[in-house]
Amino acid sequence: MTRVKALLVAVAAVFIALPAWAEVKIKEVTSPGGITAWLVEDHSIPFTALELRFRGGTSVDDPEKRGAINLMTGLLEEGSGDLESQDYARALENLAASFTYDAQSDAISVSTRFLTENRDQAMDLLRTTLMQPRFDQSALDRVRAQVISGLKSDAKDPGAIAGRTFAEAAYDGHPYETDGKGTIDSVTALTREDMFAAHKAVFARDRLYVGAVGDITAEDLGALLDTLLGDLPETGAPLPVQADLDIPAGITVIDYDTPQSTVLFGQEGMERDHEDFFPAYILNHILGGGSFESRLMTEVREKRGLTYGVYSYLVPKDYAALYMGSVASSNDKVAEAIEVVQDEWRKLATEGVTAEELEAAKTFLTGAYPLRFDGNGPIASIMVGMQMQDLPIDYIATRNDKVNAVTLDDIKRVAADLLDPDGLHFVVVGKPQGLETTTN
Amino acid sequence: MIRRIACMAALIGATSASVASADAPTSVDEAVTTFTLNNGMDVVVVEDHRAPVVQHMVWYRVGSADEPAGVSGIAHFLEHLMFKGTDTLEPGELSATVAANGGRDNAFTSYDYTAYFQRVAADRLELMMQMESDRMRNLRLTQEDVDTERDVILEERAQRTDNNPRSLFGEQMNASQFLNHRYGVPIIGWRHEMEELDMDDALSFYSDHYAPNNAILVISGDVTPENVRTLAEQYYGVIPANPDVTARSRPQEPPHNTARRLVFKDARVAQPYVHRSYLAPERDPGDQEKAAALFLLAKLLGGGQTSYMTTKLQFEDQTAVWTGAFYNGTALDDTSFDVIIVPAEGVTLQQAEDAMDQVLADYVAKGVDQEELDRIKLQLRASQIYARDNVDGIASRYGRGLTSGLTVQDVQDWPDILQAVTGDEIIAAAREVLQLDSSVTGWLMRDDEVTQ
Repeated sequence: MTRVKALLVAVAAVFIALPAWAEVKIKEVTSPGGITAWLVEDHSIPFTALELRFRGGTSVDDPEKRGAINLMTGLLEEGSGDLESQDYARALENLAASFTYDAQSDAISVSTRFLTENRDQAMDLLRTTLMQPRFDQSALDRVRAQVISGLKSDAKDPGAIAGRTFAEAAYDGHPYETDGKGTIDSVTALTREDMFAAHKAVFARDRLYVGAVGDITAEDLGALLDTLLGDLPETGAPLPVQADLDIPAGITVIDYDTPQSTVLFGQEGMERDHEDFFPAYILNHILGGGSFESRLMTEVREKRGLTYGVYSYLVPKDYAALYMGSVASSNDKVAEAIEVVQDEWRKLATEGVTAEELEAAKTFLTGAYPLRFDGNGPIASIMVGMQMQDLPIDYIATRNDKVNAVTLDDIKRVAADLLDPDGLHFVVVGKPQGLETTTN
Repeated sequence: MIRRIACMAALIGATSASVASADAPTSVDEAVTTFTLNNGMDVVVVEDHRAPVVQHMVWYRVGSADEPAGVSGIAHFLEHLMFKGTDTLEPGELSATVAANGGRDNAFTSYDYTAYFQRVAADRLELMMQMESDRMRNLRLTQEDVDTERDVILEERAQRTDNNPRSLFGEQMNASQFLNHRYGVPIIGWRHEMEELDMDDALSFYSDHYAPNNAILVISGDVTPENVRTLAEQYYGVIPANPDVTARSRPQEPPHNTARRLVFKDARVAQPYVHRSYLAPERDPGDQEKAAALFLLAKLLGGGQTSYMTTKLQFEDQTAVWTGAFYNGTALDDTSFDVIIVPAEGVTLQQAEDAMDQVLADYVAKGVDQEELDRIKLQLRASQIYARDNVDGIASRYGRGLTSGLTVQDVQDWPDILQAVTGDEIIAAAREVLQLDSSVTGWLMRDDEVTQ
């Protein structure tokens, strides 16, 4: 055992000397036309990653046309300007560029990468993609069929069933309540006109955030932004309002004939801009933040073998904040898994964490932070996220200090305020033994 | 013997190096160095000095296809147990130490390899090597570790496979495709055998296969080959080679002389589809041309919006909501070439299968469209540029290649071999491989559906 201790001491000694991380040098670039972007110039590889994000996402859907924005986003790669679907795809392939789209409940993302040598052509194509989409009826029908196929699969997927059930219970009357992909009925009814309306609702200057990383200068980026996005309308559909959360405490069982129960659980969470966000972030890391050392992993997996994985995560969305978690466990074991989760929730709420746990969490979180900045695309995406959260441009340099400033008392206070073991709502999809619905 | 790969930065840096032109660079500077320690452990170093981060991986040339009969899942079970402890590390301490140093660690098992990795600040490389080399030979298990972790892998199987009809269907497809080879047995194992796995099974698999002469150290990130060599010699170089580790020799497939069919029904199926797999050759050392042709065939047939199956079945006939073609040639032994068609609403699985067969036959008869092939090759050249943004990805390419019987030279030759493939070679490979006699055709259905 002494050798174990010797190693730990050696490790502790190196904690002090955390390496000087390569600085991520972010510049704010404002184009002549007034579009702002964050840029990291790095000319070592001849390509650029450009990330565009439009706040609002699928939540600005017309409630009568649920799924329109998701379907519209899926149609962006189906032709623009003079180019029908497959001609468009060939044009993109000939540039060896990549444009991908993601429709989430808080934002529509356009993630691109393109080579320096044909940057102008790639941006011409992206411009027509965003400004002159075709939304051909044939493409609409084809992609609609794919969306409906996905919705049918979701209807039999335990994880998707749990997510839908939880959202319906938590977000009464808010766009978050329903799936942004829509329902089979709502998607079936969507028309070509709905696609143009959805396009108009999403793509606007007042909700645009831009990040660029790679082989491009500030001057070139400024000119590019005006050409690419200068013709965007000033505004789109009204953004959502804050959700009134009403999460029922207790267990909801969704009967589904499958050997392992899938569990989603949650309670109210904490906004990203709350002054206690960092204590909450650290306490979540200790409770169930994804490492093998978290309390939930230790208790549910390592000690009892009840699951392959159990996690908790803060979900600070733009218009609501949840604290959620998930676990999957065989039908005959899931009741015990849920009991252990709830016990751990309670234990942390009443007792806080130990000094050792806090130190280990800080060392991990501060050490792991720089590992995120590992490529042009990831950095562009992180920078856009920072802008959407209204973080300062020097945030990266100060973030670890905020983590290190958190004290044991902070954690204890926030744990007592935040964690609500008796208020947790568990959605269980499967044939769990010894569990019944206790919510209304 | 340090063999440094010639730097081609000059080619890449030149503005005239258009990916669209035929004389564009077909390989990029991967900053790769390889050497071998005295005990036979291979080392691959991929340099990227943009951020002070390192990924440390050890790949073992052993996977689920090397398991003895009757203990399916033992390769993967051992991978889990490797986190338990050694003479000097408590159970879980390795991961906890990585985390305490701001890093992440994990491991993965496949048919042909088992790999362990940590991603951490570059100045922690020595500590990673110290711990990883320790568990190469000093694993210590308790009965309780084994019993609890067996429950974990059973839950993992439940989550990945038993709870997912597509996975269960895939398992049956594989079992039908491989008549004699262990590729027909799931990596995670058959449940009834997993339930019986014990400490002796794990430790004997460990002592048979975990040795420096059966391992490859793959380091990527902010390191120099010289520094890696010094540390590797200190931590791995001192471990004696195990002379009993011999070249892998597995039961091979007999000639396949009849088409197999299966229908898998499950109430949890939402979207029925047809999956066809064909026995196909893999990349062999010094002989990758046919595999390259099959790789391109998969792209041409089902690799995206402009591919042939997509054009015919989704755009023209609208028989399908989705189609795809897949080929993973990086394997030690014969692998498979797969096609999938997800029928459109109102199209039966039989109609979908017939339409797919017609399209495959038409393609082989019609031949490769040179423009399509050129466009795919252009994208592959560009992907070499984008790949430099992710050196960990390059590192994994070497790990997979070297544990699948290929040499460093083979891994480096692959991009050029792909560029050299002709349309005629692709059609010849298609004619050879797309044979019903060596195929399995599976229908995944809801259990209330009738088959006709």
